[in-house]
Amino acid sequence: MSQYYLQQLINGLMLGSLYALVAIGFSMIYGIVRLINFAHGDVLMIGAFMTLALIAAGTPWLLVAPVVLLTGALAGITIERVVFRPIRGAPQVTGFIATLALSVMIENGGLMLLSPQPRNFLFPDLMRTRVPIGPATVALTDLVIIVTTLILVGVLMVIVRRSRLGIAMRATAENLAVARLMGIDVNRTIMAAFALGSALAAIAGLLWGGRFGQIDPLMGLAPGLKAFVACVIGGVGSIPGAMLGGYLLGLGEVLFVGLLPPEYAGYRDAFVFATLILVLLVLPNGLLGRSEEERA
Amino acid sequence: MRANVRQGWLAGVGLVALGAVAVAIVQAVLSDYLVTLICIVLIYVMLTVSLQVTNGLTGLFSLGHPAFMTIGAYVAAVLTYPAQRKSFMMPELPPWLATQQWDLLPALLVGAAAAMLSALIVGFCVLRLKGHYLAVATLGLIIIVRVVINNLDGYTRGGLGLSGVARLTDLWWVYAWTVLAVYVAWRIKHASLGRAMLAIRENEMAARCMGIDVFRTRLLAFVLGAFFAGIAGGLMVHLVTVITPGSYGIALAFNLVVMVVIGGTGSITGGILAAVAISLLGEALKPFEETVELYGLSQVLIALGLILILRLRPQGLFGSAEPVFLPHLRATPQVSSSS
Repeated sequence: MSQYYLQQLINGLMLGSLYALVAIGFSMIYGIVRLINFAHGDVLMIGAFMTLALIAAGTPWLLVAPVVLLTGALAGITIERVVFRPIRGAPQVTGFIATLALSVMIENGGLMLLSPQPRNFLFPDLMRTRVPIGPATVALTDLVIIVTTLILVGVLMVIVRRSRLGIAMRATAENLAVARLMGIDVNRTIMAAFALGSALAAIAGLLWGGRFGQIDPLMGLAPGLKAFVACVIGGVGSIPGAMLGGYLLGLGEVLFVGLLPPEYAGYRDAFVFATLILVLLVLPNGLLGRSEEERA
Repeated sequence: MRANVRQGWLAGVGLVALGAVAVAIVQAVLSDYLVTLICIVLIYVMLTVSLQVTNGLTGLFSLGHPAFMTIGAYVAAVLTYPAQRKSFMMPELPPWLATQQWDLLPALLVGAAAAMLSALIVGFCVLRLKGHYLAVATLGLIIIVRVVINNLDGYTRGGLGLSGVARLTDLWWVYAWTVLAVYVAWRIKHASLGRAMLAIRENEMAARCMGIDVFRTRLLAFVLGAFFAGIAGGLMVHLVTVITPGSYGIALAFNLVVMVVIGGTGSITGGILAAVAISLLGEALKPFEETVELYGLSQVLIALGLILILRLRPQGLFGSAEPVFLPHLRATPQVSSSS
């Protein structure tokens, strides 16, 4: 029985890692422009399709990951430049609608150009070997996902905490006008936040496709929304919060399916969003977040 | 002033009567397909106008209309479903419900009440917070509703969808409900409640200082929108006679928001015009989409158009105003506001 729980735990950590990767970008972008980027999940889709294209072109795996990261960063920069910058300072509702429109455009553009049929997406056979951990055996993919996430998040934390760019980012998130007065190039900083966050989402797309084996143009929708739920659980705008929220949500989802009788498994997504609504009622600032008034 | 009000009433009644004559003519002359199309357009008008109260006047950002439509539609459809086929299609219905076969009107009202109840629960949890939480919570609600209906297959046939719903909706029903939705929205907008809503939209803090109960007013606007969305869902399902859990989804939520923004947030006239124009445009683009085999093209065009409008004319067609070609309908002087 302990084997079963260990297996579920690893599954939860794997799913949580993917949510955390998407949620961190979400949170970075929200923290700095105070807008939900509804198109963030679609960057995940772009990353997955980019991977597919690269593999089809025979690119070696070692090169695929950096190119996908770069694609994500470019997508993020484009999104910022084309949609977010022109509407900066407009009422919040305008921002919502614009990013929602962007998401609809990317998704339907994907349907148009890539066809709505899901495509198979396979990691090399090596990744499917099973590794024994204690009493359980785990697919190598799951371990790769967990480790990759930890490494990427570590790198990101160092950038945000230690580098000049990171300091500029945190200052801009704190107060855009004052940051500008301090001589920070606000436009460049915001662009960098979009680039970093979107790169993580794109790599999450690669991992997602490899883990679940199929990709389609609408695949970004559910992870995008769930990443937002993870952000809310952890406290919107906080990077450690987003990570914590991602892992809690992943574990919660897997335990929900794993521990309850099978006829409830279909309610998985309802469970996630019901959690969102409950968290908003009980703990609107999340676990690690600060209240909006305090930040205003 | 009193003469003005009476004139406004007369003009309103005249318009409604004119519309009724048009309905009678349309039903007698046009083909079934066209009448159905007009019904759908009017349902969109109803949805947009009710969303104008929630999103437009009060400045909430609800994407929940499709969820409320789905709830209203399923509840109404189960209530009106032919009793002799219920045991086969919905085996898990409790016996007291399985023998029922209701008329359209009570079924619609119960469906709308269910939609209002769900809005009340979500609104109670979320409406104290800033706007973007409502956006995501209502998107979540769409997914919750879909998942629950998918899994309650003993009551709803799950993912197979419910077919063979009686075609009880006709143009008269749709027309009457649309008129009611427009009337309610119009009265609210030009009453103190509407002013309170606009005040909340423009500056929540200032509204609070003026003694407006922000939470209560928002909840009212949200639940009222859900009522009309529930009715619209019930009308729709008894018009097209089939429904699946995904019939009304995120794409619809987006299209409704587009109609509100293009019409001008808070403008009822603008909302009506935008709903008519965009739903007809979508219908017209469908055959084109099929011939060039670029599915999704119309959505891309609509989204692109929206981004352009946000950049070039963010106030939409009419801002929050009602245009002057209906001066007699104005019961009180124009509310002018700029956001």
